[in-house]
Amino acid sequence: MITDATDLPVLKPFRLSCPLRGEAGPAIPLTATHAVVLVFALLLAVSIAQAAAAPAAPPILATLIKWTPLLAQGFALNIAMSFIAMGIGTALGFALGLALISLRRPVRGVAWFLTEFFRNAPWLVLLFYCMLLLPFELRIGDAIIPLPGWMKSTLGLSLAVMANVAELVRGAVNSIPFGQWEAAEALAFTRMQTLRMVILPQCIKRMTPPWMNLYAILTVGTPLASVVGVSEAMTLTGDILAAENRSELLVPMYLYLLLWFFVYCYPIARFTVRLERRFQVR
Amino acid sequence: MRCQRMIDLNPLWDWFRTLHDTTGINLTIFYDPFDRARFFNGFLTSLRLMGVCLVASVVIGVVGAWIQRSRFLPLRALTQGYVQFFRNTPPLVQLYFFYFALGSYLRITGPTGLAVPIVSNFTWAAIGLSLYAGAFNIEIFRAGIEAVPRETIEAAEALGYSRLKAYIYILLPLAFRISLPALNNNLVNLVKTTTIAYAIAVPEMLYVANQIWSDELNVPEMMNVLLVIYVSLVGLLVLAMGRWERAMRVPGYTPS
Repeated sequence: MITDATDLPVLKPFRLSCPLRGEAGPAIPLTATHAVVLVFALLLAVSIAQAAAAPAAPPILATLIKWTPLLAQGFALNIAMSFIAMGIGTALGFALGLALISLRRPVRGVAWFLTEFFRNAPWLVLLFYCMLLLPFELRIGDAIIPLPGWMKSTLGLSLAVMANVAELVRGAVNSIPFGQWEAAEALAFTRMQTLRMVILPQCIKRMTPPWMNLYAILTVGTPLASVVGVSEAMTLTGDILAAENRSELLVPMYLYLLLWFFVYCYPIARFTVRLERRFQVR
Repeated sequence: MRCQRMIDLNPLWDWFRTLHDTTGINLTIFYDPFDRARFFNGFLTSLRLMGVCLVASVVIGVVGAWIQRSRFLPLRALTQGYVQFFRNTPPLVQLYFFYFALGSYLRITGPTGLAVPIVSNFTWAAIGLSLYAGAFNIEIFRAGIEAVPRETIEAAEALGYSRLKAYIYILLPLAFRISLPALNNNLVNLVKTTTIAYAIAVPEMLYVANQIWSDELNVPEMMNVLLVIYVSLVGLLVLAMGRWERAMRVPGYTPS
């Protein structure tokens, strides 16, 4: 028989992402940010020093600065894609998540299938699917809506986001104590009213940290679009390297691109951790 | 004694040929022996890549979590830097960085006089993906280890366990059970992420499927086959992991 009693000593809560608070040593003054910056500086310095050994060619740093505006353009597309995919995915995901907790069995079944399907499909396969099987323009009556490549891959990404958000919504609704439902019922709220005015507002708070996590994962997923030919930051980096055609540029250039993403995503990750902690204290 | 083939599969293959002739659904991977062989090889390569990365990333996680408990500060800072760097940058760019940037230095001149890479693209994909998933695993195991109370470690010390022995026999088994749900989540993600090996031309399933649809012009069919195979493969994994998770659950423990 399984009971809630246990012979094991009481365990402490499982909390992801609170870095460098091990019990092994004293709290350290050096933060993770410093470590990362150090590693970056080291790698860049090494590669620049190495390039300095071969004179004649223009310095690496000047080349990186020369291409920065172009790279920024590509990166802006990455960010735009992440915003749009997150927006579409969240809207669809909310609807799908509500369908997951529907009282009607068929609705639940269909929603479950869609969620599992898009959660289990690799993102790159979804991207290929949308890229190759969606038309390049949509005709609705006389109106022609062009569907450029980046838009199609954004749609592919938002399908994945949709399934993940749906699962988040379901999890959050289930985590609300049942007493809330009963209390609302006692006050003669209908099911829709209960959801809208009692349950979902509480869910938003619980959902925000994992939702932001999902956003960070989506952002680092946008370079996948380069595989299907969208000219975002990764594709442009490849083009720049082809244009320069200098093998000593390879390491600094890729590191530079990685740095762009890191500078964008790391603060989001830190903020998510802070938010998580704040919501935990109650 | 070699076992003879139990079932003759030819009628099945012929059925797919008839399907093509009657409906136009062109599934060459079933009736064409050449396509069948290369698709099957792609499938096996995918499985191999998944297997290697799963094991390697868990090993990285276990070792990294051990290092994060080390008393030597620079080592901890370095591990933390590695974790944060790999978690917050795109896995695809990491893979390109390994294969194109680092790979460009690791070349030797082959017998034909051309530069030959020392590390194959399959190996680079395995290294890159393992490091990527390993960074998440370190974080997951660390959280699991921190959930084990100080008293348990003290008890192990009182019984004369060394730090390493206490980690292997006491801390890790407990931490593992607590971390398992998060770990499974990450490993499922890893399995899905192996598709990006396509970008550096590792002949895995997506890459081979791409070759086939380029040759046979059956994009929709191959796309659907891919989607169905991946979804069922990952679905099976999720199912198995879920069962394991339930079996390993610490009774009465709620994660937070």
